[in-house]
Amino acid sequence: MLDLTRYSSLGEALRDALETWPREVCLYESDRGQEKERITYRDFKQRALPLAKWLQDSGFAAGDRAAIIMTNQSKWLISAYAVFYCGGTLVPLDYKLRPEEQWKLAKHSGASVLIAEYPVWRQLSAGAGRVDAEKIQTVLVAEAPANADLAGGQRWEESRGAGEPKLIMRKREDLACIVYSSGTGGTPKGCMMTHGNYLEQCVALTTWYPFWPGVKYLSILPTNHAIDFMVGFIGPFTCGAAVVHLRTLRPEFVREAFPKYQITYVSLVPLVLRNLQKGLQARFDELPAGKRYVFELLRKMNVVLTKHRPIRWLSRLLLGQVHQAFGGHIEAIIVGGAFTEPQTLQFFYDLGLPVANGYGLTEAGTAVTVNDLKPFRADTVGKPLPGMEVRIVNPDADGIGQVAVRSKTVMAGYLNEPDLTAETIVDGWLMTGDMGRFDRTGHLQLFGRKKNMIVTEEGKNVYAEDIEQAFDGLPVKEFCVFAANYIWPSRSMVGEQLVLVMHLEPGTTFTEELRQEIVARNNRLINFKRLHGIVIYGEDFPLTASLKIIRVALAERLGKMRREEAIQSI
Amino acid sequence: MALALVFLPVVWGAKLMTMRTLEEITQEILDLAVKQFKVPSGSLKAEDDFYKKLGIDSLQALELLSRLENHFKIELPDYEVQGVSDFKTLAERVQSRL
Repeated sequence: MLDLTRYSSLGEALRDALETWPREVCLYESDRGQEKERITYRDFKQRALPLAKWLQDSGFAAGDRAAIIMTNQSKWLISAYAVFYCGGTLVPLDYKLRPEEQWKLAKHSGASVLIAEYPVWRQLSAGAGRVDAEKIQTVLVAEAPANADLAGGQRWEESRGAGEPKLIMRKREDLACIVYSSGTGGTPKGCMMTHGNYLEQCVALTTWYPFWPGVKYLSILPTNHAIDFMVGFIGPFTCGAAVVHLRTLRPEFVREAFPKYQITYVSLVPLVLRNLQKGLQARFDELPAGKRYVFELLRKMNVVLTKHRPIRWLSRLLLGQVHQAFGGHIEAIIVGGAFTEPQTLQFFYDLGLPVANGYGLTEAGTAVTVNDLKPFRADTVGKPLPGMEVRIVNPDADGIGQVAVRSKTVMAGYLNEPDLTAETIVDGWLMTGDMGRFDRTGHLQLFGRKKNMIVTEEGKNVYAEDIEQAFDGLPVKEFCVFAANYIWPSRSMVGEQLVLVMHLEPGTTFTEELRQEIVARNNRLINFKRLHGIVIYGEDFPLTASLKIIRVALAERLGKMRREEAIQSI
Repeated sequence: MALALVFLPVVWGAKLMTMRTLEEITQEILDLAVKQFKVPSGSLKAEDDFYKKLGIDSLQALELLSRLENHFKIELPDYEVQGVSDFKTLAERVQSRL
């Protein structure tokens, strides 16, 4: 079992890892199927420490914040380590956000340094919002072409200080990262994650799903995402394992990477897992009748023999061709970020490809429960990881209530949001807003949300309030955005939709012109944030004394309408 | 010298032949999308949001990009098409790489 008790910070733990396995490869850097380089732990150290020294020479000190916006690649991890080495706090931002959203979060985080890839910086530097993020004094731009205009940035590759940097010690309760779980439109929810949160989570996860030198983790989820940050960086590095970067999410290159690198672990969101399922199923369907019969027979044998626990060598023997397509070394496919349908999970388990599905949220330090495969239970999200206390608050007659979590992995709070923090962490328990219950064997099952939000199949959290500003100035009396399941609880985690609820101006009707306006604004939103439909409500919205909409009360009133009749598609 | 005089117009001619207007590129993309996602010919327009119109997810959109790369013989990095959701903008990104 991994022991990180002697460390008080990620910087320390990573420093020792780089010293322990100097000759092991820690990163395989590929670009569209072409391997560009292999980086050992020694190489990693030699690239990161000059950057740390440069940052220190530039005045970057303990507690200072550095935002990073890059695709999954070595410079992301090297920069992160350099920031931790300096005692800084990392602010990982989503490279898929729009420039104005990235600026907004960078500003909110209080970052003084920004580290970005050139294509990202090219858009960011031209984007609105730069003037507001006046605290950012230093911008490091990686991989800029020789004649590129850096718009005030400094080349990452040339940001190398001479001499040894000093490792700045931090305490376990000090901030390691500020991770935004949402809030690009409304209130930014910057989760303050401590060094202790990550060290504890790392031990908990690797107890069930260990890494060791020789293990290869395929990094597909964005590294700014809490899951990839843990299992695509901190977890493998503290254990001497390797991470494979592809620089693309094209399905053909992802498929090719499994056999090429003999991948051990990969983390996927449900969307990608389902895509793999479709591809495999199509290939099975194309088999000639005789081969298909034999294949189904072997699959059924595998199902019977691995009913109680995975027997990987046996599954590889029985269903060799399927396993070869995945490289033949898969220990587990980690799936998270959003709810996965049990049929998809079972499909892979029946092929002898264990899927470690689980339940987690950034606020809880990523994973709360994970399937321990003893036995595999596709209808649940697994059992609490070691060190996690999970309870159901106010259960109803069916035992379903709000899931609450207490653990050393739970965040310190939301940045600059003491009220929101107090609402979310009550007496040391993180109120997740998700509804669930435990079955008799201690597996957690989820039944919808209590929160006005959706989680897409790509693992994106979208809070309804966050997209309201896209509809500001709409010619209606008042409007509000809701997650449909918040109004009409469905006890389901799939098919979540956002709806725009409108109260029209008195004497007006819903015109085609208004519909076109809504559609046009909706289309300007990034695809996963778009509305599914609208609801016309004929009465005044309930308001507070300060004229804010009382969402809970409005949702209750709307809930009296029939969902199918209320929602009009746009 | 004489050889150059013979070949240069041929090379320029070939170049001119491959230079497409934005409208032509857009139409070629629409045709490719029609084939890939098996929708009726003429049912797609340049301004259409392809996620919505075709009912596709981000992975299927990436598959379309691979098809465009093969067709136009270009490389379209994933970042180049971040946030792009209509055919016309996609055509502009393709044009900038031709």
